[in-house]
Amino acid sequence: MIIMTYTPIIGIEVHVELGTKSKMFCGCPADHFGKEPNTQTCPVCLGLPGALPVPNKKAIEWTIMIGSALNCRINKQSKFDRKHYFYPDLPKGYQISQYDQPLCEAGFLKTSEGRVEIERVHLEEDTGSLKHKSIEGRQVTLVDFNRSSVPLVEIVTKPVIFSSKAALAYTKELGRLVRFLGVSDADMEKGSMRLEANISLFPGEVDEIRMDNLPEYKVEIKNLNSFKFLGLAIEYEVGRQAQLLDKGIVPDQETRGWNEGSAKTVSQRSKEEAKDYRYFPDPDIPPLEFSDKDIEAITGQIPLLPWQARARLMDDYGVREDYTDILCAEPERAKFALELMEKGQQNQIEANVLAAHMVNKKVDIIQATVDEVLDQIMKHSSKPMASTEQLEVWCRQVIEENPDLVAKYKSGKVSVIGALIGQVMKVSKGEADAVKVQTLVNKLLT
Amino acid sequence: MTDDLSIVDIRKRLNLGETSVVEVVSRLYDRIDAHEPKLSTMVSSHSRDVVLEKAAQLDRKKTKGALFGIPFTLKESYLTKDLPTTAGSKVLEGFMSPYNATVYQKLIDQDAILIGKTSMDAWGHGASSENTDYKVVLNPHDVTRSAGGSSGGAAAGVTAGLSMFAVGEDTGGSIRNPASWNGVTGLKVTYGRVSRYGCIAYASSFDTVGPIARSAADCALVLETMAGHDSKDATCATHEVEPYSDGLSQSLKGKTIGVIPSLLDSESLDPSVSIAMNDALEVFDDMGVRVKEVDFDLLKYGLALYYLIAPSETSSNLGRYDGVRFGLDRSYFSQESMRRILIGTFALSAGYYDAYYRQAQKVRTLLIDAYKKTLDECDVLLMPVTPTPAPKIGDLINDPMTNMLADYFTVTQNPAGVPSLAFPAKYTTSGLPMGLQLTGRLFSEGLLLNMVHQFQQVTEYHKVRPVMADN
Repeated sequence: MIIMTYTPIIGIEVHVELGTKSKMFCGCPADHFGKEPNTQTCPVCLGLPGALPVPNKKAIEWTIMIGSALNCRINKQSKFDRKHYFYPDLPKGYQISQYDQPLCEAGFLKTSEGRVEIERVHLEEDTGSLKHKSIEGRQVTLVDFNRSSVPLVEIVTKPVIFSSKAALAYTKELGRLVRFLGVSDADMEKGSMRLEANISLFPGEVDEIRMDNLPEYKVEIKNLNSFKFLGLAIEYEVGRQAQLLDKGIVPDQETRGWNEGSAKTVSQRSKEEAKDYRYFPDPDIPPLEFSDKDIEAITGQIPLLPWQARARLMDDYGVREDYTDILCAEPERAKFALELMEKGQQNQIEANVLAAHMVNKKVDIIQATVDEVLDQIMKHSSKPMASTEQLEVWCRQVIEENPDLVAKYKSGKVSVIGALIGQVMKVSKGEADAVKVQTLVNKLLT
Repeated sequence: MTDDLSIVDIRKRLNLGETSVVEVVSRLYDRIDAHEPKLSTMVSSHSRDVVLEKAAQLDRKKTKGALFGIPFTLKESYLTKDLPTTAGSKVLEGFMSPYNATVYQKLIDQDAILIGKTSMDAWGHGASSENTDYKVVLNPHDVTRSAGGSSGGAAAGVTAGLSMFAVGEDTGGSIRNPASWNGVTGLKVTYGRVSRYGCIAYASSFDTVGPIARSAADCALVLETMAGHDSKDATCATHEVEPYSDGLSQSLKGKTIGVIPSLLDSESLDPSVSIAMNDALEVFDDMGVRVKEVDFDLLKYGLALYYLIAPSETSSNLGRYDGVRFGLDRSYFSQESMRRILIGTFALSAGYYDAYYRQAQKVRTLLIDAYKKTLDECDVLLMPVTPTPAPKIGDLINDPMTNMLADYFTVTQNPAGVPSLAFPAKYTTSGLPMGLQLTGRLFSEGLLLNMVHQFQQVTEYHKVRPVMADN
């Protein structure tokens, strides 16, 4: 039996909802999560006759920021195109997106599992959402247009991810990046970050892969609502495709959805030809042109990035990697931690003590200030501990003052030692080391 | 008789208190009652009572807008909250819009009064107002003939005195064609001069919003209110709006009119067209305008270019009419509309996009450059509007090719974005109006209105009223 080595070849598409105030092409509020259906709409995002799109400048700037942080080339000339298909949640019968002149191209993101090449970053509008319900016994589908035309950034990698571990590292780091940029809350549960993966199997080792010997098929996986499902789906697909390939069958080029219940991917569409979206430049939106100055003004606004925060914590302050990862999950926490480190260094407090405190005590960075937290740590660590001689004095004092407890202890009820220790702690006003007290009392009672 | 009064004159009389809005409106409704049932210029209209109520309100007003008390109509492609908007199609039968088109809002903010919504070729697809799902518009000068299109109802209503001005829409001649066949003045503006927000799109990069009235002077007044930037339309120009009325009387000495000899060679051209051209040139010559012969070879690709790009854009723009959120479903599209949707979808489809749509857009760039070059050699171009006067009802709609060819002279201005003003220049021996058009550089509406106004000071074609039998 020949056992073939397969290397998964994975490309990932991430959609990120931008947290702008307004939608992409109209003035409706973009924050739609949990809102009463169809209360945040207007002629433009409903696709009413005669309505026209006007692009959201902030959304364009934020997309350029994302692309720049991903080391992309920012295209000085860009445009919006119409992507045509029919579906009830797409009011105009086309989505305004970008086709051949996206805002950003050819970048990369460094992850713990290696560098991931980014094909493109572009801007488009979201669709409405469908809700399947039963009303008076009838199965119906309702459409909510609150989400219609919310700005969406699409980030596409090249097929350069070779394991589910690498896929997770990439998607998590990307999520961190957009949160640090302050352009999206990238919350998978709220749907402000969505994942899709394209997977095929290469018959061979990873170092044999070149751009010209890639597999001729790829399977698109959708409905990945969590990082966990992304990992599981990839593992499942690898197994499924390997089984087929072992038999000499090339897996169908199709779209499959992850089914949580059965823990499998399930075919969503039959043998699919490439969809013809009939892209053409949107005549309602003049093309975009950026000067070097325009781009500098935008990229100059890029705040602290996750890898910069991590590097500073680990390299400048020597914080442990596991503490660093936790502290750098959110930008506010990372900034707080860095400030704490700086001040702690001035007070000669060990960086990892500070980090441990923040991680273990789950410090609430909204309620507490850096100074307050530092104070707390310093007080705790610089608490004067009483000397052994002093401890012995207190222990003898308590033993003398509590003959009944001592008698009980000596008669076999050893648990009363707790009460004696407690008394010593009271007398010492917290300056006693409880463990040392226990040892001493034991010794004095024998 | 208010029949003969222009907007300029009515405004004067209203200001002087010589007439009231109620009086103007009453006389108008007398004419509507007499002639509208036969002509079918409107798909819907306000009742006499509703408008008289509005008129009375206006008569009580202290401050008066620029178009105070002037009754007007809007083509069915403009969204209005107070009357249905159908774009001439059954798909939108009875559709009540939740918002007003910008141009409509601007006009009523200046105290103009909306009478009704005029009939049109559905979705703008046509040059005869016969491709309508409602009643076909009849030409008031000869009711066996077409009123032109797609703004047929708009132009017919103006010539019949059923409104003082109309807002039409021109994508490839839809204002100029009916203006020519009805003997009225119609302006295709520079692309972006007037906001398209609330105008049902036909071909988004060609569509323009413009006035139809009885004279250039009236058009100038209306344009002053209509034009200007709108933040809801990303293709709307930020150019300053000139005081067009102030420039009407400027001398034309030293201006040059270009004529393209090859245009007049065709056999399909009615002889009245050449006569109209020559006579008009004589009039301008008397005013000190120089006439120059120019070449414009690229014009012959106009129809092919137009009939590739316009259907492509319309196939996209009409995709939203799926009957899910409003209106009826696609089975209600007419034959002509389906024809254009199919052509457009084909021209945009994979494998054909490069050969058709992209190629047409490349030729469009050449056309834009050709207009620039030609309009460097002269200030304006004088051209026919249509090859013949109004055809009999049924002639165009039953022959798709002839239908397209009727657009020959009007389809190149829209792809290039240049403005063009159509004006009455002749009446045939059988009493049918024939128009000509002056095409100018981008944002040269002022000059076009100036030149036609001067023409109308020394000619009477724009004053001819159709002889209509009462009901």
